[in-house]
Amino acid sequence: MAETSPGTAAAEFARRQHSPLQRIQHLLHGYPYLSPLVILVLSFIVFTVAKPQFASANALGITVQQTAIVAALAIGQTLVILTAGIDLSVGAIMVLSMMVMASLAKDGGMPGILALLIGVGLATGAGLLNGLLVTRLNLPPFIVTLGTLSIFTAIALLYSGGSSIQSSHLPDILNVLGKGFSVGGFRLTWGVVLVIVMYLVMGFVLSQTAWGRYVYAVGDDPESARLAGVPSRRVLLQVYAIAGLIYGIAAWVLIGRAGAATPNAVTDANLQSITAVVIGGTSLFGGRGRLVGTLIGALIVQVFARGLSQMGVDQQWRILATGVLVIIAVAIDQWIRKVKA
Amino acid sequence: MSASTKLPVSVDGVPLGKEHIYAQEPILSGRNLVITFGRVVGLDGVNLDLYSGEVLAVIGDNGAGKSTLIKCLTGAYTPDSGEITMNGQPVTFKRPQDAREAGIETVYQQLAVIPALDIASNLFLAREERRAGPLGSVLRMLDKGGMKKRAGEAVQNLGIQTIQNMGQAVETLSGGQRQVVAVARAAAFGSKVVVLDEPTAALGVKESGMVLKMIKQLRDNGLAVILISHNMPHVWEAADRIHIQRLGGCAGVITPQSHDMGEGVAIMTGAKKLTPNDASA
Repeated sequence: MAETSPGTAAAEFARRQHSPLQRIQHLLHGYPYLSPLVILVLSFIVFTVAKPQFASANALGITVQQTAIVAALAIGQTLVILTAGIDLSVGAIMVLSMMVMASLAKDGGMPGILALLIGVGLATGAGLLNGLLVTRLNLPPFIVTLGTLSIFTAIALLYSGGSSIQSSHLPDILNVLGKGFSVGGFRLTWGVVLVIVMYLVMGFVLSQTAWGRYVYAVGDDPESARLAGVPSRRVLLQVYAIAGLIYGIAAWVLIGRAGAATPNAVTDANLQSITAVVIGGTSLFGGRGRLVGTLIGALIVQVFARGLSQMGVDQQWRILATGVLVIIAVAIDQWIRKVKA
Repeated sequence: MSASTKLPVSVDGVPLGKEHIYAQEPILSGRNLVITFGRVVGLDGVNLDLYSGEVLAVIGDNGAGKSTLIKCLTGAYTPDSGEITMNGQPVTFKRPQDAREAGIETVYQQLAVIPALDIASNLFLAREERRAGPLGSVLRMLDKGGMKKRAGEAVQNLGIQTIQNMGQAVETLSGGQRQVVAVARAAAFGSKVVVLDEPTAALGVKESGMVLKMIKQLRDNGLAVILISHNMPHVWEAADRIHIQRLGGCAGVITPQSHDMGEGVAIMTGAKKLTPNDASA
């Protein structure tokens, strides 16, 4: 029988020492965000040694604020990628939602809170549309969101006539997330606080609730999940809708941060959010990864950008470094998937 | 056994020393099951009785109706005519979920386990247990510790000692160990009937041994087990009775004691006919 009795060759084999490399593979299999965490800490140390003002409270505050938008979008992107999908329409949904909020409040004369709710609701609906196309028509997420990227971008531009709305024309509620407070020279905006809260809530949902399990299960093996009794299609639909909701909240953060609603803001938000998710150790093949990794991934990109620009290095090196990190991250993911007991 | 539940072509039907098992009412019965697919006859009036505490193997050539029979009994198909009873009560399964709710669990060949999730999460997938109090009811927080503990007990109940860490991802397990996880999942949650579809098909000798031992343990735990297999040595090792499907009908029910493997295969392929007096002949 398969039980290994002591003294047999099999028992010896079971007790064998793992090589250091195998131990690292096991560690990363359990904690895929460890390698990006090491990169974040190392880059932080290197930049601080090279330019001590990099680590000043003021500079760190700015770095965090600059990370907030991509970090917020990347929460939704993480959900979608965990289900083995991809969302190219993140930025488009956010911008459309933002233009609708601002325009309803300014031109429509609507109360700020109502404009905000309609904007967030619209983003949720846009996410739901992505989800319906993926689950009902069985279209690949890449194609669906490639299409809706163009559609939502065009609608945002048509709706706004291509012109920005300055924050001075907007009610306080839409601007409040750009305001903030200082903790010992470290300036935090309410937008940053909100994004941190979103990470805490979604991190809890993914790791501590049954629905979180379903997201991983559907991403890893949708057919097995369905056979086990997981309502796969419903979970998938909910993931896209919740991602849309998150993009809507990100739109609110963006108005506060940018001080205006601009129809051609953050045009490469989709690639930036995917980069953060992938560098953070989440597998593009679905079913693997942690939300905290995404936050680390978003911070890495921003720390590189700030650090290199403070050192007076050409920004192209930052872009080059990001590209290298993405490839390394996916290569590590492929390696740790082959883990053996 | 009353005359009405007696199988039409059974030999003596009852393995020696296990008469008490067959004295009770069958847990699951199919009577005159017929299903057709257009002009193709899937099942041509098949009878089957399954008792708690036995392993009933179902063998047959490809296309003999093994899978069709099992699908009718587990709700994947609804038979055109015929009756299915559980504990003597007529039941109708319109979807697999109905059969599952009645206590019939199927372990599919593709296993339905999620490689990236750990063993405990797989065992409780779609049946998660929440924490007591507001953490569970309001925040919907999972009782991870409790589920791990009960998963450990479920695996222990199958007589398996090689799997210790319920927090281990299923993808780090061997094929046989994954089979254990899938069967533990099926056997838990108060199920009465466990259907195993080719559980040893992809396994080596050692791993097959572990799975066969587990199947016997399931039976000794009082469950009724249906084992579908192409592997005759495994069938003859684990089964109490063997239901032979042939050309959409039942060619007979034998026991590993009444017939050897060669005779079984001969009946399965039609080279030999089973007669009611066969055992005594």
